[in-house]
Amino acid sequence: MIEVRDLYKAFGEVRAVNGVSFTARDGEITGLLGPNGAGKTTTLRMLYTLMKPDSGQVLVDGVDAYTDALAVRRRLGVLPDARGLYKRLTAAENIDYFGKLHGMEPTLLASRREALIDGLEMRDIASRRTEGFSQGQRVKTAIARALVHDPRNVLLDEPTNGLDVMATRAMRRFMRQLKDEGRCVLFSSHIMQEVAALCDRIVVIAHGRVVADETPAALLAQTGQSSLEDAFVKIIGTDEGLAA
Amino acid sequence: MSAFTAVYWKEVRENLRDRRTLINALVTGPLLGPVMFIMLMNVTITREIAKADRLIAVPVIGADLAPNLVAALKSAGIDARPALTDPENAVREQRADIVVRVSPDYAKAWNKGQSVQVELIYDSSRRDASTPVMRVRSVVESYGRREGAMRLIARGLSPTTAWPVQVADRDQATSQSRSGLMFSFLPYFFVLTVFLGGMYLAIDLTAGERERQSLEPLFVNPVPRWQILAGKLAAICTFSLVSLLLTVGAFMTAPWFIPTEKLGIALDLGWRFSGQVIVLMLPLILLLAALQSLVSAFAKSYREAQTYLSILMIIPILPSVLLSVIPVRAEPWMYAVPLLGQNLGIVQLLRGDGVPGWQLGFCLAGGFVAAALAVWAAAMLYRSERLAISG
Repeated sequence: MIEVRDLYKAFGEVRAVNGVSFTARDGEITGLLGPNGAGKTTTLRMLYTLMKPDSGQVLVDGVDAYTDALAVRRRLGVLPDARGLYKRLTAAENIDYFGKLHGMEPTLLASRREALIDGLEMRDIASRRTEGFSQGQRVKTAIARALVHDPRNVLLDEPTNGLDVMATRAMRRFMRQLKDEGRCVLFSSHIMQEVAALCDRIVVIAHGRVVADETPAALLAQTGQSSLEDAFVKIIGTDEGLAA
Repeated sequence: MSAFTAVYWKEVRENLRDRRTLINALVTGPLLGPVMFIMLMNVTITREIAKADRLIAVPVIGADLAPNLVAALKSAGIDARPALTDPENAVREQRADIVVRVSPDYAKAWNKGQSVQVELIYDSSRRDASTPVMRVRSVVESYGRREGAMRLIARGLSPTTAWPVQVADRDQATSQSRSGLMFSFLPYFFVLTVFLGGMYLAIDLTAGERERQSLEPLFVNPVPRWQILAGKLAAICTFSLVSLLLTVGAFMTAPWFIPTEKLGIALDLGWRFSGQVIVLMLPLILLLAALQSLVSAFAKSYREAQTYLSILMIIPILPSVLLSVIPVRAEPWMYAVPLLGQNLGIVQLLRGDGVPGWQLGFCLAGGFVAAALAVWAAAMLYRSERLAISG
């Protein structure tokens, strides 16, 4: 479970995150929806302890992200906005590297790696060097390496960005599987349809603030719209920076 | 510490697969120095030897006035060539190394037993002409002395009357210390090798990771950043150490390719020398690795880091250049200055003087203190929030 309480973060004059609070529960998919530049990536970076909030608190399974950053990182599997792989290593070696950084035993690491390679349907690329991978192959490898330590909480920053239709469907299937395994899944997106199709709960962010935090049905009821798309536009006030 | 070893082995393995890094660390870097050194020495030695024995032809103006002087020159392997019309310009335009001008009243003055003038026209700033000039001068002077002695004897005087003081040279330079002078640029090659050996790794491990956007995912792992930095530094140090070992090994073979005995100098690049060079260089390996990482961490891209590092590469040349331009007496504190200390120490080893314990201690202490500071600065930079953000 991830609890975010009143986060603030400014870069000079720009207030990127301006009082964000929400909760992402276990066994649910929580979507962080917002136009480009709304503060989603900055919020996530504070969640996975890369950035320090100016004020506010992040709790992951009850552990404070700033008093015990290493413990929080152990509980998180993160697909950051930056997905750089090591191009001179194979996909499997990329996964192993992160497993070793988590201090995993070699046998456990091997079984976990093989399970992820099967789960993400990436057997054909596992022993290839990642140089020249397609966008989809890169994202699969990046996700496998982020989840190798079997984290309870999964953060995905725009996981379907740049993927084709087939890869996007596979990714959604995989996210549902993570949810069914009882994990807490939090992902960000600027694609309304995707959020609508996947989420148990939607947190809408605009201009660094949370403007809605509801189930999809409640959002419809609250705005009096018949489609989620219209509901989002009504909440945010504009459709700029969003994609259907 | 398992994170440290994981980072270390991953970096070593990944860079062993990179041809550019490998060629730089294991071929170009280590061999550049020895190959250039051997070639340079061979060219210099063959040129010097050829000049010392070769027959040379020197234009002599007024040769017919002084047939005995011309004969003396000829017996020393210096042929008199026909006169030139404008000797000053000929020397300036490098058409002649030296021109001898015999004064027009030579015969008259000679017969009266007076002193006469023989002009040597040359350009002292032309180093390649210095050997012929020296040869002509010594022939003319010894001819003059011989003739003077003859005149004194003819007047019934001992020649020693005219030369109450005799200069006797007692050069204390050993054949090894003479070679030390010639090889004073050698320390720079060692530093350069260490620099090149680690350079591509240092760029790849900081600026490269940032450019490829792999630093952010790396920092999300539950590992303190100093451990990641330590693993990376260890990988850089390994590559530059291997480079150093290779280049020292290559230098050990250099005496086989250089005809040092022809110049009367000794070149001792044996095990003792090599071992001491490696010990002297140890602090520099860590210092340069940390400095390179630090500089690369400021760069946003691989290319930018490369540019910064080529500027940084000039710094190690400075002590070598300074010492050859301003030959200072080595003060004790100088041994504690990184680079300068190594430079002094290696030149001393080449001269065959050895490096006493306290100098070695100063060298290592100064170097490691500087290295510790650089590592600390790099660690501070690694803690900063902005380092990981690629965008």
